[in-house]
Amino acid sequence: MGWVNAVVQGVLLGGVYALFACGLALMFGVMRIINLAHGDVAVLGAYLVLVVLDHWNVSPFLAIVPVLPVMLIIGYVFQRAVLERSLRSGVLVPLLTTFGLSIVIQNLLLEKFSPDVRSLGGQAGSVVTASWQITSQISISAIGALTLGVAVAILGGLQLFLAKTPAGRRMRATAQDPDTAELVGIDSRAVYARATAIAVAIAAIGGLFLAVRSTFDPFAGPTQLIFAFEAVVIGGLGSLWGTLAGGIVLGVAQTIGEQINPEYSALAGHLVFLVVLASPRGGIFRLRGASA
Amino acid sequence: MTPEAPVAGVVVQRWNRLSIGFTSVFGLFAVALFLVPVVLSANSTEKMTSLLILVLLAAMWNALAGYGGLVSVGQQAFIGLGAYGTVWLVNHNMNPYRAMIVAALFCAALSIPLSFLVLRFRGAQFAIGMWVVAEAVGILVSFDQSLGAGSGTSLLALNYYSPSKRQADTYWLTLGMTAFFLVALFLLVRSRLGVSLQAIRDDEHAAASLGVRVVAGKRILFVLAAAGCGAAGAMTLANTLFIEPSSIFGVDWTAYMIFMVLVGGVGTFEGPIIGAVILFLIQNEYGNDGVWYLVGLGGAAMFFALLLPRGVWGAARERYGIRLLPLGYHLRVPRRPATRAAE
Amino acid sequence: MTLLSLQGIEARHGLLPAVRGISLDVAEGETIALVGANGAGKTTLLRTIAGAHKPAAGRVFFAGEDITRVRAHDRVRMGIALVPEGRRLFPALTVEENLLVGAQRTRPGRWTVEAILEAFPLLKPLRDRRAATLSGGEQQATAIGRALIANPRLLLLDEVSLGLAPIAVEGVYRSLQLLIDEGSTIVLVEQDLTRARAVAKRVVCMLEGSVALEGASGELSRERITEAYFGLRRAREAGTWAG
Repeated sequence: MGWVNAVVQGVLLGGVYALFACGLALMFGVMRIINLAHGDVAVLGAYLVLVVLDHWNVSPFLAIVPVLPVMLIIGYVFQRAVLERSLRSGVLVPLLTTFGLSIVIQNLLLEKFSPDVRSLGGQAGSVVTASWQITSQISISAIGALTLGVAVAILGGLQLFLAKTPAGRRMRATAQDPDTAELVGIDSRAVYARATAIAVAIAAIGGLFLAVRSTFDPFAGPTQLIFAFEAVVIGGLGSLWGTLAGGIVLGVAQTIGEQINPEYSALAGHLVFLVVLASPRGGIFRLRGASA
Repeated sequence: MTPEAPVAGVVVQRWNRLSIGFTSVFGLFAVALFLVPVVLSANSTEKMTSLLILVLLAAMWNALAGYGGLVSVGQQAFIGLGAYGTVWLVNHNMNPYRAMIVAALFCAALSIPLSFLVLRFRGAQFAIGMWVVAEAVGILVSFDQSLGAGSGTSLLALNYYSPSKRQADTYWLTLGMTAFFLVALFLLVRSRLGVSLQAIRDDEHAAASLGVRVVAGKRILFVLAAAGCGAAGAMTLANTLFIEPSSIFGVDWTAYMIFMVLVGGVGTFEGPIIGAVILFLIQNEYGNDGVWYLVGLGGAAMFFALLLPRGVWGAARERYGIRLLPLGYHLRVPRRPATRAAE
Repeated sequence: MTLLSLQGIEARHGLLPAVRGISLDVAEGETIALVGANGAGKTTLLRTIAGAHKPAAGRVFFAGEDITRVRAHDRVRMGIALVPEGRRLFPALTVEENLLVGAQRTRPGRWTVEAILEAFPLLKPLRDRRAATLSGGEQQATAIGRALIANPRLLLLDEVSLGLAPIAVEGVYRSLQLLIDEGSTIVLVEQDLTRARAVAKRVVCMLEGSVALEGASGELSRERITEAYFGLRRAREAGTWAG
């Protein structure tokens, strides 16, 4: 019966991955950029929460509130000052630019915060330890449920934003045809900057939950990036809900792998990813109906 | 429009005076390289070995990215496999230096079936797909107790040699390997395949429609780069004696490769070599400065990516029109100065 | 008054010149047809006016103001709207969303989503259909509507009849005529010489990036335009075209 519990835990774990995948998917969907610094940005968010907590003895879930606008600004400025240029130069340059950024962030964090592994779980209160016992074998942790819930809420909110609001419509239009978008009055550069800002802020929320659920250190970014990317690819990027599905599948793959042998969890995820990539459907990044 | 008579006596040639001069000088330089272990101390020999490994890695990453348009964030998979493959072969009683060569071949062989999977992707998917492969291989290797598992292993068999002999032999093998791969790449780029690769880089669909076998061309580069990175990994083991999965399969290798190729000049032949020399000098000077050294490296990568995407050599080449190596074609038109055709 | 003034516009694609030194004035309320063979530079010129292409030299004046450095999306707010070659609708957006997307940088005016649907009744049942699923004529109507909804002072149309069935072209030109009758300023690129001369007051014929012929459509005979279109006069003068 441990298997069923493994699946349940995997679904809950999927919430974290979905959160990380969401920002990555947004940037890729709108700008065709894979931000190789995405994981590090999330870790940066966690460290900023840490800084807030150093001055203010509250729950991390409250401490994230002042961090979010900072992350929005960081994302917006970074897009306009740096990434925007790299977009004009082809496929190679954004990858290389964000890779360089990843190294810079990791080492600046190392310099400022030391390599110690940290966690924010201790300050998050009872939500980290509480759980509901469903059966003798299966329990659902409060933090797991909360993470999944937040992931669903954010994905839903983003979906609504894109589908129903004028700004969201403009973002979809720019994603589909940035050249024509300019011709109908959309400032494509501002749209891109907004997308990056949102992606960075969501990444920070992912970082918060990572920090609360487990641990983080300056070099935790790349691992999260890989998981986020795997979640996006497994989900197929048909819609934002795809990233939720992808995150859950990845989470379940990892927890089942862990059931077999604790050392196998990440590997199991990698294998599922490679299998999906190899399948005919796999690895095809296409925004819904992007051709015409 | 009235047709014009074809220009009489136009000759297509591959060498010009500068490239002939340079290659001759370089030939002399190569001989000097051979004499390094004889002339310099063991410590310097070890450093030169490191430099050669960097040159090899830069050239291989450039082969993929610059000539093949394939950005790989996972070549460390082969670096690690080359190193651990050597260990495995030596555990099975092979001579260490022979094992290094066989390990490189093993990487080449492994890359062939792998290419059927990963070459279906482009851009970011290929980049991160290779990274996942590297992570997965690293994890699998770290399970193997006979290879030292997660704590690493060393090549004890090399302790049978005296340190200076070991250093010298390692250096010569590295020199040979690096020269081999550079020459192989050079011939490849110079050949018809090289031209078709350029076509693929410029416009894949157009090239395919002209009958260029796109995936086959990329596969050759992929296998070459796998073998080269495998060789580099094996050499690293010989040079540093101790390896562990997290570092030999670590993504830092890619960071160095990206830096060297970007700074030197992606897509040029000479560029990565220059980038390797630059990184080597920086490492020697600042390598012990820890964090800021890496920040500088990452920042420099960003700077070059955004502002000088052609790298040092690429920019120089464009400004001064230099061609040091005979890799392109020139038109020599009689009674007029030589004009350049496209490279 | 002169609404649009181009002075010495030169535009390139990379190193290839597409527009070589064109100067042109368009008065308010005028309709000009830009004709010429493929590759003559007509689309590049329209895109330069709309701000989608940066000229290598020359200036663009709109209502007396130098807008050469103004970005395309700001020009929409100033009153320039382009219906691009090939329609270029946003494929995954519905007809209504395509219209709405054009509608937030608008100037005051009578065009709204409802007004567009009234003017193009064929679109009424298609409000919620994804643009990629529409026929050519329906797409063209939507594309024109998307430009109109910004209430432009200057409307640029690039080959609106391209790839459309004759009956659809008929419908498009009927709508265009209504706009012209209302006093809109229009520059349209058109391959169909008959339509161009019928609808425009002035015809400008481009050849290889320059103006080959210009004049009131009533005064220019079909023969002269055809000559200029194909560069026949130059060929005749060079002695390589008999007849």
